[in-house]
Amino acid sequence: MSSTAVLVGVYQPGTSVLHRLPVGPKLLGVAALSVAVVAVRSMPAAFAFLAVALLLGAVARLRARLVWRATRFVLLVAVVVGAFQWFFYGRDKAVESFLDLVTLALVALTLTATTPVNAMLDAIVRWIGPLRRVGVDPERVALTFSLAIAALPGTVALALETRDAARARGLGKHPRAFLTPFVIRVVARAHETGAALEARGLAD
Amino acid sequence: MPTIAFDAAAVTVPTPHGDRVVLEPVSLTLTEPRVAVVGANGSGKSTLARLVNGLVPVTSGRVLVDGVDVARDAGAVRRMVGFCFTDPAAQLVMPTCVEDVELSLRRHVKDKKERAARARAVLEQHGLGDHADVSVHALSGGQKQLLALAGVLATEPRVLVADEPTTLLDLANTRRVGDLLLGLEQQLLLVTHDLDLAERCDRVVVVADGRIAFDGDPVAAVAHYRDLASADS
Repeated sequence: MSSTAVLVGVYQPGTSVLHRLPVGPKLLGVAALSVAVVAVRSMPAAFAFLAVALLLGAVARLRARLVWRATRFVLLVAVVVGAFQWFFYGRDKAVESFLDLVTLALVALTLTATTPVNAMLDAIVRWIGPLRRVGVDPERVALTFSLAIAALPGTVALALETRDAARARGLGKHPRAFLTPFVIRVVARAHETGAALEARGLAD
Repeated sequence: MPTIAFDAAAVTVPTPHGDRVVLEPVSLTLTEPRVAVVGANGSGKSTLARLVNGLVPVTSGRVLVDGVDVARDAGAVRRMVGFCFTDPAAQLVMPTCVEDVELSLRRHVKDKKERAARARAVLEQHGLGDHADVSVHALSGGQKQLLALAGVLATEPRVLVADEPTTLLDLANTRRVGDLLLGLEQQLLLVTHDLDLAERCDRVVVVADGRIAFDGDPVAAVAHYRDLASADS
């Protein structure tokens, strides 16, 4: 399984405070923390936010293996971003960017690991319920959100399969050999998923 | 058992060189509990199956499920007809097994706790109880197909249409899924390349070049299909 597959949307059952907390406060908390991480620009603050994210992960009793598998890809990206920042803006900015990215990944992981997607779906349906009066179908909007979350691991899997297929044909390093079939497969998968949802009566 | 009736149902698709006939007008009445559809790739058998719940619309003619016209009330028909695809990856859209089954139940069970309990019971019933909270991406091919079937059967449809559900599976999982399908209470319309499975059904329809080439006794139908395949090779 890819690291993205682990990071996004895989609920880990548990009884921690965060597991029992309703979806609304959790989403608001994640939104507030994310805005603060982006808005407050200082290295001490970045360390403080990371400490909060680690504390939340500990409260949620996330398994170390899950955290490692989920964040290793983000760590790699954060190192690359940090290197660029160091080159252009200096050490402090690089460390801050690195910490911010890891913090955001940990917070997202904690949210998805303690909240079933169906609970988020129920919350979204409840929140946008009043918009029924103006013709909005809350179930459909919520389904769109949840599909966006759930589609990420599948899309990563398609990318890996396409890369392997290109390699098997000796075309591993040619961008067109990867991108063209990848886009076609993603569109085809979207079409199949649409048919499957229609067949399950979820598109009526 | 519900009655599935094709009344001169035909499908054509537009192409730059004019309309292409995918399915010639078909008239069939299916009342048997287990009906198999066999035929070569591109013969029109999947199109025939997809007409039953409106995934493919008829160009002319009608398809009725228990008297309800698919073209007029697709929603009502889809509540009666479950559909299982060849590749379960396209059908599984939620991160974990229990969440995917819960998604199927959303329109039927409004209470969250009851929905979750029913989803877990359905998984248990299909041998996936231990995998309820496992990522759907971590399942084997056979488990994915069982989960896709569980998601469909959770809504208790009266008819199940399965489009080559064992094509991607190994021998053991083919048997497991085949046994599950043939043991269902629901009426089954099974599109398959597995001729052993087809022979275990009550009726077999052979489709060739968009036409019904044979319809009737499973053993005779499979023999007819083998003759057709031999003649083509």
